[in-house]
Amino acid sequence: MNLSRRTLLKAGLAGLAASAVAGCNNGAADRPAGEISYWLWDSAQLPMYAECAKLFQQQNPQYSVKIEQNGWADYWNKLVTGFISGTAPDVFTSHSSKYPLFADKDQVLAIDDFVAQDNVDLGIYQKGLADRWIGADGKRYGLPKDWDTEAYFYNSALAEAAGISTEQLNSMTWNPQDGGTFEQIVARLTVDSKGRRGDQSGFDKDNVKVYGLGFGDAGGADGQTSWSWYAATNGWKYSEGEPWGTKFFYDDPKFAETIGWWRGLITKGYMPTLAQAKSGIDSSATAAFGAGKYAITPNGSWMLGTYGQLKQVKTKLARLPQGPNGKRMSMMNGLADSIWAGTTRKEASWAWVKFLGSQQAQDIVARAGVVFPAVTASMPAAKASFAKAGWDVTPFLEPVEAGDVFAFPANPNAADVSAVMTPAMESVMGFQSDLGSLSKANDDVNQILAANS
Amino acid sequence: MIFLAPATLGFVVFYIWPTLRGAYLSFTEYSLLSAPEFNGLDNYDRMLHDSFFWNALGVTVEYVVINIGLQTVLAVGIAMLMYRLTQSITVRAVILAPYLVANVVVALVWYWMLDFQIGIVNQGLTWIGIDPVAFFGDSHWAIPTIAGINVWRHMGYTALIVFAGLQMIPKYVYEAAEMDGASELKTFWRITLPLLRPILAMVLVVTMIGSFQIFDTVAVTTQGGPINATRVIYYYIYERAFTRFDFGYASAMAMVLFAILAVVSLLQLRLLRAKESDLA
Repeated sequence: MNLSRRTLLKAGLAGLAASAVAGCNNGAADRPAGEISYWLWDSAQLPMYAECAKLFQQQNPQYSVKIEQNGWADYWNKLVTGFISGTAPDVFTSHSSKYPLFADKDQVLAIDDFVAQDNVDLGIYQKGLADRWIGADGKRYGLPKDWDTEAYFYNSALAEAAGISTEQLNSMTWNPQDGGTFEQIVARLTVDSKGRRGDQSGFDKDNVKVYGLGFGDAGGADGQTSWSWYAATNGWKYSEGEPWGTKFFYDDPKFAETIGWWRGLITKGYMPTLAQAKSGIDSSATAAFGAGKYAITPNGSWMLGTYGQLKQVKTKLARLPQGPNGKRMSMMNGLADSIWAGTTRKEASWAWVKFLGSQQAQDIVARAGVVFPAVTASMPAAKASFAKAGWDVTPFLEPVEAGDVFAFPANPNAADVSAVMTPAMESVMGFQSDLGSLSKANDDVNQILAANS
Repeated sequence: MIFLAPATLGFVVFYIWPTLRGAYLSFTEYSLLSAPEFNGLDNYDRMLHDSFFWNALGVTVEYVVINIGLQTVLAVGIAMLMYRLTQSITVRAVILAPYLVANVVVALVWYWMLDFQIGIVNQGLTWIGIDPVAFFGDSHWAIPTIAGINVWRHMGYTALIVFAGLQMIPKYVYEAAEMDGASELKTFWRITLPLLRPILAMVLVVTMIGSFQIFDTVAVTTQGGPINATRVIYYYIYERAFTRFDFGYASAMAMVLFAILAVVSLLQLRLLRAKESDLA
């Protein structure tokens, strides 16, 4: 065959053009009519969403759902690449820390018209959840699907050995001066290599076998599973105009006081150093907890399944401590299903989102016992299935019932804020900077916000 | 011409075009999700005042020095041992084995083994009476640890290249040295090393470029931490581009890295006179 250069070039260009065209509109042209692409990151939730999709399809034979699951880290990269290249899914699971930026860049579809047109009852959701998805511009960007709070996961065998009762663990108090009964319990649970406890004389803080309190990281900008409840009960707020922070308060003395107390636990030997906590594969401290190296680790309700798989230790849940403001407070965060603004299948996407936000779908989610469903009426089913797995999840539910919850600090500049606060917090927790450095970090954060507003 | 066409097309589409586009984007403010806006030298000016950028460069250089230094010495050592002791194919295969495992897998396996609380290495250290080391968590240890892991993965491959270089040195030079009564050590310093120079120059240039681009090991382990101890330049570029949507600024940093690498490679080739051999 005699190919001229021109023919080759033409063929090459045609090939490129063809793939480019196919890439547009997430390949809607190539996909079966009525198929909705849907992404999520939690592999544990894949089975129940497959079940939801089946039911949805039975009720709406004109539609079908194609689910794709990618782990948390890959998920967001793939999603952003999808936005840019036009291959994002029609509907995707969204996180309150991520969607503000996407909304800001016009990548998420506002669903106000759909909600009004179908008279969707937003009162069926846990209080406050639906409103988390109203962006800074006042538009609604998703329907809530689940929520989470924090509690202490503790090793019940170690607690028993220390002579600490469940009642004691559930009635802990905390203050930033001496740490309250919480710190006393943490000290008691800490054991050095010679078997002496943290509250006994001769305790060797440089050779600790079991730490009373474990932690995975310095908490970054949100401290969700590390310091958020201490700071909140100490009367601290993330920002002015929560949750849409325009000015952050990491320079507040109340915050410095809280963090100062928290890192003091390292000095006292009740908590590992940051270097130890961060050194290795065990980023959420669950593996070390599972190996019996930590007596207590705070964590979010989404980790129940992971802790449930730890076979060497018996894990129980305890309430967060009552702080100086007299309350037990927790961050409450949640996920929602959002529609990509670039989809050519808006009606179908909305039908799926609406279905996922209904009690019918959330009952399926609840029965699986992996997360807490956003629909209040679906909660009993979730509680029952957690109980079946051996969990009394009351500590997670109480702050919500009492209304003592605060929101994840949402912000379109969350990634920039986190790029400042993550190293800043690590530097403080690693004792490489003093508490005063938080003021400087706060200035940097506020400068970013001012520059981008 | 026809036979060159596919390669040329690939080169233009996947190298030349992205490079030109990157150079253009480095003069823009570009968030990936909206159109780029020209902003002149702003990005380069920002870089001068960005302490994270300078820190990233410093951390990268630290990594390169440890990684290249250790790797070259070990590779030459292994190659000498192979050359003098064995010609066994099996040994060569074993030495190459770590290189055949994917970077990310190697990083994760070591990440697990070097974990402070549950890793086997620290269990071993404790067992022989040494305090466990926070390999990834301690700011001073993190870069040497990551460099060490990559030395472990690459040294066999580099050793094989050096080994090939050793085989190219004619036997008569050694015979002459022996006749003159040169000691083993002296032969190595005066004959082997000088005659290896062209190969070593090639190895150094290639490994140095590769090592400046350290990314994957950091991405799957420390992700820039603790604090900023392992925020190498490539990881910082990636963060800026894809988690902070600051693609213009990231492109500008990539251009600077490109310039640095070009200068370093040129210098190396010049200083090591890579084109000439001392055999002539």
